[in-house]
Amino acid sequence: MFYREAGDFSSTYAEDQQTFPIKFDRYRYYLVLFIAIVVVPFVINDYWVNSLLLPFLIYAIAAIGLNILVGYCGQVSLGTGGFMAVGAYTCYKFMTGVDIWWGGELLFRLPEFNIFFSVIMGGVMTAVVGVLFGLPSLRIKGFYLAVATLAAQFFLVWMFNRISWFYNYSASGQINAPERDIMGVLLTGPSVQPWAAYLFCLFFTITCAVIARNMTRGASGRKWMAIRDMDIAAEIIGVNPLKAKLTAFAVSSFFIGISGALFFSVYLGAVEVGEVFGIQKSFLVLFMIIIGGLGSIFGSFAGAAFLVLLPVALKVVGVDWLGWPTDIVAHLQLVIVGGLIIIFLIAEPHGIAQLWRVAKEKLRLWPFPH
Amino acid sequence: MNEQLAFTIEVFANGLMAGVLYALVALGFVLIYKASGIFNYAQGVMALFAAMTLVGIQNGQVPFAHLINAIFGTDVHKFGWSVHSFVAIVLTVFVMIALAWAVQRFVFRHLVGQEPIILFMATIGLAYFLEGVADLMWGSELKALNVCSSDGTCLPQGMNMWLEGTTYEALGYGFFIDNLDIVASIVAVILVVGLVMFAQYTKQGRAMRAVADDHQAALSVGVSLNFIWILVWSLAGFVALVAGIMWGAKSGVQFSLSLIALKALPVLMLGGFTSIPGAIVGGLIIGVGEKLFEFLIGAPFLGGATENWFAYMLALLFLVFRPQGLFGEKIIERV
Repeated sequence: MFYREAGDFSSTYAEDQQTFPIKFDRYRYYLVLFIAIVVVPFVINDYWVNSLLLPFLIYAIAAIGLNILVGYCGQVSLGTGGFMAVGAYTCYKFMTGVDIWWGGELLFRLPEFNIFFSVIMGGVMTAVVGVLFGLPSLRIKGFYLAVATLAAQFFLVWMFNRISWFYNYSASGQINAPERDIMGVLLTGPSVQPWAAYLFCLFFTITCAVIARNMTRGASGRKWMAIRDMDIAAEIIGVNPLKAKLTAFAVSSFFIGISGALFFSVYLGAVEVGEVFGIQKSFLVLFMIIIGGLGSIFGSFAGAAFLVLLPVALKVVGVDWLGWPTDIVAHLQLVIVGGLIIIFLIAEPHGIAQLWRVAKEKLRLWPFPH
Repeated sequence: MNEQLAFTIEVFANGLMAGVLYALVALGFVLIYKASGIFNYAQGVMALFAAMTLVGIQNGQVPFAHLINAIFGTDVHKFGWSVHSFVAIVLTVFVMIALAWAVQRFVFRHLVGQEPIILFMATIGLAYFLEGVADLMWGSELKALNVCSSDGTCLPQGMNMWLEGTTYEALGYGFFIDNLDIVASIVAVILVVGLVMFAQYTKQGRAMRAVADDHQAALSVGVSLNFIWILVWSLAGFVALVAGIMWGAKSGVQFSLSLIALKALPVLMLGGFTSIPGAIVGGLIIGVGEKLFEFLIGAPFLGGATENWFAYMLALLFLVFRPQGLFGEKIIERV
């Protein structure tokens, strides 16, 4: 009854081309933003932020990044964990001041960057690394590429483990986020206010989502999709595959790097690279976009929310209500996640996003059947 | 004889043996890929599942004991008998065939005609599912795997004394090679010869090759796709069982067993996805390459543990120059 475009007339091109052309969608979007920015920070506590909201926001950024590469450009990547590690370690180096050595002597040391710019630098550096590992995609396709990205995953994790420059020669081999603030508000370290960490991540999530949404519906997004659907045909109609694939790698890695930087600095605070950014992380983010929906920004959010919520929900039901041992619940979780992946691929290859689209289509016609 | 050279040769030989084990896992991938175009990421977990099932049956564990105990508050763990290795292996083969049927019936029948990459992701889901099921069924703790025949001889452990003694006398340097690796190599050779004979000379083997060549043409001359796919998955399950026994006897049955699947991927990329000899050659190259690289360059100059990534980097570099692998069919793309 209320969700329809009837009576919603656009009188300018700008109105016609806006992201949410349907009024109901637009108001819903504003409402979600309002609640997320104005209401949520006042009602949350430590538990909500650390176990649900922060992982959700950060994984959503990573999922958007991976979705650009896999969902929009069709280049399957299993290197997400490694790229997140690049973001995290770059952020760490810039937070603590990059030291440049030459011939055993300290050449110079950059001043410590503000946390905000450290995170951005994490994204930028990851984009560079992403392009580097994206170069083979011009020759290699399909699973050959997927396996090639594993090279990035294992090599990067090994590098951060072995080269002590990256973790400032600390004895434990870990990186720990020092306390940093923006205008007096602490953002990293152990004594952060939950709302501050939440708002900081929310800012990045919203910005990334808006950028991604606009890129994917613009010229670059259309090029990516052309490459995804059939790269040779795309090349013939004038899409430059080199440019399209490498920009997809760059943009995707940029987002993944930002999420890695936030994951380290704001969410965890201390990182041991093999544990946190291992191959499991790559699969987790890949599962998010499969369940959420390949080639959909909303799907990235839905998938991230789903896979962040699932373990928490299972733990509440299995351990707290039924009193089962935690290892059984952990194994059950594997079974359920794996089963869900298969079910989604069979029943709804476009994921939760497609369910949402179908629901909207139904709403548009409701209460009439046709 | 030059000490350093002898040492290098020893590393080379050990790499060759490790390569045989990689090739064993890679073989399972090639079988399924050739016949159904599915790139089966779950192959490693199938090896884990097979090895766990074998140990579980041998020790007479009750399947899903933990889950049953948690739900019903009972306290069952074991049936109280132990099964002979040979019987346990036969039973495990039946379990793997049942698994092949289930995978075909409930997963891939519904995904026929999908994009290869979708199938690949489905096998990743399958890998998670199987891993969870295996842990629920038999428990996730590290298990020792001993396969013994009726007269009490088991799979050998430790280094080969004979080889060490002979080489010491002849060359002045004793080579250290695991007995188990030698057995694994022999088994792998037998397995490969057996599979090639099966594919070349039996009716089912011919049907399998026909399906690999062209699904629809095979269908039109009366080959049952369903049967062939179940057959292929069963064969892959059998190869997984062999790989699981070898790796399990070497380092115990535990989760990391499933990670050898990841190692098999660069092997496949080198050898080409569609070639059985390619899997063997690729396995040997990777096995030797990573051991030699670690020995000559990795440990002295790069801080060690380069085995983690060397295989992938090698495959990556190699693919840039030859995208279809060593023995793979040339990829021809048309619009």
